[in-house]
Amino acid sequence: MDFLNAIVALANFVIVPATAYGAQLALGALGVTLIYGILRFSNFAHGDTMAFGAMFAILFTWWFQSMGISAGPLPTALLALPFAIVITGAFLLATDRVVYRFYRQQKAKPVIFVIVSLGVMFIMNGLVRFIIGPNDQRFADGERFIISARDFKAMTGLREGLAIKTTQGITVITAVIVVAILFWFLNRTRTGKSMRAYSDNEDLALLSGINPERVVMVTWLIVAALATVAGTLYGLDKTFKPFVFLQLLLPIFAAAIVGGLGNPVGAIAGGFVVAFSEVTITYAWKKVANYVLPDALAPDGLAQLLTTDYKFAVSFAILVVVLLFRPTGLFAGKSV
Amino acid sequence: MSEPLRNTLLFAGVGALILLTGFMQSWNSALLILNMGLVSAIMALGVNLQWGFAGLFNVGIMGFVALGGLATVLVAMPPVEEAWAAGGLRLLTALVMGAATITAAVLAYGRLTGRTRTFVVLGILLVGFVIYRILLDPAKASVEAVNPALTGYLGGLGLPVLIAWPVGGLLAAGAAWLIGKTALGLRSDYLAIATLGISEIVIAVLKNEDWLARGVKNVVGLPRPLPYEIDLQQDPGFVDRATSLGLDPVTASTLYVKLGYSVLFAVVLIVLLWLAQRARNSPWGRMMRAIRDNEVAAEAMGKDVTARHLQIFVLGSAICGIGGAMMTTLDGQLTPGTYQPLRFTFLIWVMVIVGGSGNNLGAVLGGFLIWFLWVQVEPMGAWAMSWIVAPLAEDSALRLHLLDSVAHMRLLTMGVILLVVLRFSPRGLIPER
Repeated sequence: MDFLNAIVALANFVIVPATAYGAQLALGALGVTLIYGILRFSNFAHGDTMAFGAMFAILFTWWFQSMGISAGPLPTALLALPFAIVITGAFLLATDRVVYRFYRQQKAKPVIFVIVSLGVMFIMNGLVRFIIGPNDQRFADGERFIISARDFKAMTGLREGLAIKTTQGITVITAVIVVAILFWFLNRTRTGKSMRAYSDNEDLALLSGINPERVVMVTWLIVAALATVAGTLYGLDKTFKPFVFLQLLLPIFAAAIVGGLGNPVGAIAGGFVVAFSEVTITYAWKKVANYVLPDALAPDGLAQLLTTDYKFAVSFAILVVVLLFRPTGLFAGKSV
Repeated sequence: MSEPLRNTLLFAGVGALILLTGFMQSWNSALLILNMGLVSAIMALGVNLQWGFAGLFNVGIMGFVALGGLATVLVAMPPVEEAWAAGGLRLLTALVMGAATITAAVLAYGRLTGRTRTFVVLGILLVGFVIYRILLDPAKASVEAVNPALTGYLGGLGLPVLIAWPVGGLLAAGAAWLIGKTALGLRSDYLAIATLGISEIVIAVLKNEDWLARGVKNVVGLPRPLPYEIDLQQDPGFVDRATSLGLDPVTASTLYVKLGYSVLFAVVLIVLLWLAQRARNSPWGRMMRAIRDNEVAAEAMGKDVTARHLQIFVLGSAICGIGGAMMTTLDGQLTPGTYQPLRFTFLIWVMVIVGGSGNNLGAVLGGFLIWFLWVQVEPMGAWAMSWIVAPLAEDSALRLHLLDSVAHMRLLTMGVILLVVLRFSPRGLIPER
């Protein structure tokens, strides 16, 4: 019984939250890795793109709510997603047209692109704060739990409860759907194949008649969709605050690099590696240990390796270890 | 127009902007802009060393600046005797233990090979971490329990605050060495992301390790290198001189202190600028630019690219640390909650790019100009906005929202400035020769 309780406690505090967080990071890292693969630079504006997309999802959600449209037990934000994606996509295409295209034609060095993306980051961050303000926004509605801790206890008779929030369930399901569509697109469609060809070898791709501008355009649209979904899911699950997304850059980059920059499968794996390490290292293991270990060995303290304030240190440590020992990432990324 | 004339005009222009602030707003705000402009110029000089000389992309400036701020606390605050008695030595032992663990792990990694190496290194790290926490946690608790409302930390060494400036540089240099050792020699993006990480971690440590610098409770009342305004106002000699200049003693004392800081900062800036110019025109500076322009060729000439990069990365970060220590001294307090990457990392980047990367004078000019804009865009934006919303009704929601959001105009403006300069004048206001 104690053992079961330990497993349930572990699932409740580590596995479920880390899975949801990992899915959000994976979606973010996919965006970063796609831009790296196709446009060949690290996009520092990605965190703020997520904030930008999530902001429009929130605005549409409020609008729908005011008109009385809802998705029943599901959050209204899901209905708002397509609209937010369209606006974010339009914005990204406009930035590409006004800002990035010039440097592409100049064949500027990647680091110049990175600095340019800093400028875009400033602008997007300013826009988000300008439109929705720097404060916390709550927009989750619908059913709060798929299964609440109390129901679970009543159902199983265990002492530990397992709570799964609707947002966590939706995060994982949406992420699976989005990733499935993305991989189908990359591997099965003509445009997706031309994107992979362009990413692998630009010159050969150009020789075989692939239109680079079209590839770039499709990339931005996909990135807009990924970023909006990731940002909205993160906002639903945790909270929407503009500056949080800037801080998310580090775990997202860590995830993309751990998996190997430019490698979509790697980005997903990296997202989960980072999320699970972050949550397990900052989790207080006292409860689980009390169930599993005999009383004599039970820890006095919280048995927490690091406080949650240091969760960035975890992504950073993973990043450093990967950089030191395997700079191309777990799955071979593009280059050192 | 010849180059010296053009540069003089540009600097005169920025000087005129600051003077204009003095005439139109107040001399106190003009001097505030000047002082922070001097500090910004120093930070921009450090970043220019890394980016302009060597092409290294550092986005962790905030961390190095904060380390400089930490140095002021550690050097200048008086030691808290009770806290030291309560657990100071135990805390130090724990820290030494932590450092010893890492050293042992690194040594073991160098000596052993194969699977034994993996197990031994992991074992050392695990055991070391457990011992470290067992030593650290109770010591930390007892130090933080000492009068938490006022102290609750170990305090500093009680030395004159000016010593903190070079010490801040040393702290930042140490951190830069660690990070450079890891990430230099890999692709440039990796250095960027690694520095982004270290800066977040430095801030997290400052916010949460209360025994070190009181965390988010802030350390206030840092000692000053200059007299306090109150003391000046009570000094009859000073009051006499102020009245003979036609100023009331309160204004005169604030101006006196601010001017004092300006002189101190200007001395540091001039020394650093002179050193940077000498470095630039030396064989070392030429080698750096040669490496930046063509790493492969430089390597073929027998230059150790990674080692030179590490050197200049450490130097540039040290300058940022000095700037950070000066800024905290000027503020008179260390407030870890106010360190924001947009303000302390990316704004410095805008300064370097706008001023002219690769040119020390350009970086200094950019520091002054962008700091001036950063401060003044808000009132200008508010003014422009009140003009824009004038046709809207008094109580229209849009009008209120727009007026509320004026504060966020500066981020937008900085982004636009950065993009416009990069596009139309990528070499900056004072280009590299």
